[in-house]
Amino acid sequence: MSHLVLDNLSKRYGEHFAVDGVSLSIAQGEFVSLLGPSGCGKTTTLQMIAGFVEPTSGSIRIDGRDLLVVPAAKRGLGIVFQNYALFPHLSVTDNISFGLEMRQVAKPERARRVAETLELVGLTGLSARYPAQLSGGQQQRVALARALVIQPELLLLDEPLSNLDAKLREEMQVEMSRIQRTIGITTLMVTHDQAEALALSDRVVVMNAGRIEQDGLPLDAYENPATGFVCDFLGKSNRFPIDRIDGATAQIGPLTLQLPAGIAQRLQPGARVLVRPEKIGFGPVGSAALPATVSSRVFQGDHWLYQFDTPLGNVLVIRQNDGGLQPAAGEIVNLVWRAEDMRAVPGDSLAQT
Amino acid sequence: MSQHRAGPYWLSAPALAVYAAFLVVPLASIGLISFQHFEFYGGIQPGLTLENYRAVLGDSYYWEIFGRTFAIAALVTVFCAVLGTLEAIVLYRMRDPWRSLFLLVVLGPLLISVVVRTLGWALLFGSTGLINKALQTLGLIAEPIQFMYSTTGVVIALVHVLVPFVVISVWASLQKMDPAVERAAISLGASQLTVVRRVVVPLAMPGILAGSVIVFALAASAFATPAIIGGRRLKVIATAAYDEFLNTLNWPLGASLAVLLLLANVILLYTSNRLIERRYKAVFAESAA
Repeated sequence: MSHLVLDNLSKRYGEHFAVDGVSLSIAQGEFVSLLGPSGCGKTTTLQMIAGFVEPTSGSIRIDGRDLLVVPAAKRGLGIVFQNYALFPHLSVTDNISFGLEMRQVAKPERARRVAETLELVGLTGLSARYPAQLSGGQQQRVALARALVIQPELLLLDEPLSNLDAKLREEMQVEMSRIQRTIGITTLMVTHDQAEALALSDRVVVMNAGRIEQDGLPLDAYENPATGFVCDFLGKSNRFPIDRIDGATAQIGPLTLQLPAGIAQRLQPGARVLVRPEKIGFGPVGSAALPATVSSRVFQGDHWLYQFDTPLGNVLVIRQNDGGLQPAAGEIVNLVWRAEDMRAVPGDSLAQT
Repeated sequence: MSQHRAGPYWLSAPALAVYAAFLVVPLASIGLISFQHFEFYGGIQPGLTLENYRAVLGDSYYWEIFGRTFAIAALVTVFCAVLGTLEAIVLYRMRDPWRSLFLLVVLGPLLISVVVRTLGWALLFGSTGLINKALQTLGLIAEPIQFMYSTTGVVIALVHVLVPFVVISVWASLQKMDPAVERAAISLGASQLTVVRRVVVPLAMPGILAGSVIVFALAASAFATPAIIGGRRLKVIATAAYDEFLNTLNWPLGASLAVLLLLANVILLYTSNRLIERRYKAVFAESAA
């Protein structure tokens, strides 16, 4: 059953639609990410749910109740802000118990719930510290604890990990996933970081220019992007224009490729095929192999990042570092990929399949 | 090498010379004079003595003046802290262009000569002045209120002069505040009033305290306003010292008053600074990465 429902939600500033007819429903206990570049409307959407921005039209419901008639202070949602927005003048304990005080929870009960939440986020022992005495990751945990201690119906996360360094971010991803699952709270996260969205969410909702481009499982959104925007935004990709289609085979530059079932009908004129860089391998010469010269390669530890010069233009390839010898700059190899790893994406027109 | 090391001193020498000539030397002379004997028919006598300090500290007349001075300063500080903090918070909530406009209005008093501004207050304060006339017309008072030559008048005029200092320092504190903190408090169920009381004011507290210290020091050593509004009837240390210097020509006694005022101010500033720093050390510490 749908827990949170956004119906045709819009926000207009003058002539500009920051959010343009967004409809979304989130099930109880689900973790959904709103993913998109800055200015795509994801943060405005979050702020409308939180009650800090008034929608121009549309509705927001939780369990069928209209949320828009409730002022922000009474919505009772747990919100983790981008810079954590901890109260710098209050200790960790006082930060966390602030929401309980506002709810007039009795002191012993407050102490018990604060202690419980501190343990949940792994901060026991730091309760007397002030925010300025904590590391970024610890501040993040306090922010999470402060939002969770009021037992909200919905947890809103605004770019929660963007201020952490890469190593800590991965650690906190695991941690947040664990905490979210432990208490089973419905969660909506706003982020521009696709890795974060793919790693944490049950579902990703990719937004662009105020609209939803795709709403699906993380793997599905990555493997089968619905629009050119999604395939650009989620991961890296190579896109090749199709010259000609003969039944089930397509002519792409010098290549004659067997098309996977079902794709041929969807290809409009001007459409392109998409191949992810990690799906491209090195193979023997043939009609399905693309001759390519290594123009640059970058070592990234667990993988190599290759740029190839090919008759189809620049091609990006990612190769796992299996310890073996890899072609160096200037060498010529043949690039191959499987027919089923090709995806069709609409051309430059905004036509959607 | 030694030439290089001397460079900075040579470069700052002109500024140091000005500083020495116009601050250190006069202050030192005042300090010196305050330890000298004054003869009514012979002027200042050579030799050092503590008699001026004994005269001031042993005379209830001066104790009263000291008491009045610091009572006025304390009152002015409290009013300025409350008014200035409220003004700064209201300004902080405003949007441009209103914000810039009202900031200018608030800082306006600083742009006008203190004497001119105080004479303006004197016009308003008179028993037939605008304020009393208005209050009487409205039927709020029967008899004119005694503003001139009264503590009330001096406090009102000083608050007007000094409130911008609190506004500026609270404003600076508020600028450092993350606006999301207020939203966080609201999302946790706090009303607007609670947000101000529990979040905004505590975060502005270093600014409020710093502004109050400045106001107290300036109010305790204010001269023009107490001289014009308070007159001869309502002496404070600054006007008393002035009278000793220029009317009775007893420079040593005036100097000892000035030195005692300076000492009291320095001690107050120093201790309050120490207290503020200690209190907020943990809150505004560098992030322990």
